[in-house]
Amino acid sequence: MQIGRVIGDVVATRKDPALVGVPLLLVQPLGPERQPQGRPIVAVDSVGAGVGEHVFFVRGKEASFPFHPTAVPADAGIVGILDHLTLGER
Amino acid sequence: MILARVVGQAVATVKRPQFEGAKLLLVQPETPDGLAFGTTLLAVDGVGAGVSERVLVVVEGRAAAEIVGRTLAPVDAAIVGIVDRVDVEG
Repeated sequence: MQIGRVIGDVVATRKDPALVGVPLLLVQPLGPERQPQGRPIVAVDSVGAGVGEHVFFVRGKEASFPFHPTAVPADAGIVGILDHLTLGER
Repeated sequence: MILARVVGQAVATVKRPQFEGAKLLLVQPETPDGLAFGTTLLAVDGVGAGVSERVLVVVEGRAAAEIVGRTLAPVDAAIVGIVDRVDVEG
């Protein structure tokens, strides 16, 4: 998984039928100090995350598992909302 | 599998049920020489690792799901070992 911040949402009217009703959120991946790391991605959401929240997301076909048995065509999915992140001394 | 260093721990209340009871550690991938590279990952801990320890991480869904012991777990990274030593040729 990776940590990220929800920075927006995506609306698509015409899409694969398996994506109907599935929230699509724009997520900026974050590094350990919560600094942006890499480019924003679009992820399906199964935990009710909202814009501004820090989340963690899974990549690959596992992103569709929360929607089983519907085979959602997604390669990134938010699977949890972060409460806190404790960093070790570096 | 990749070599990585544990740099932090995450706490999440809202998450997919397959994460219940799982410890989530933030890991930084490292070269065999201990140089950080790439993006930090959030991995499920299967061995009782702690911050600053060097670990072995699987970055594949099916292997990672074995660690949480639940089917259709939306996970893609898990700590499967604590590294004692890495010997590199030369």
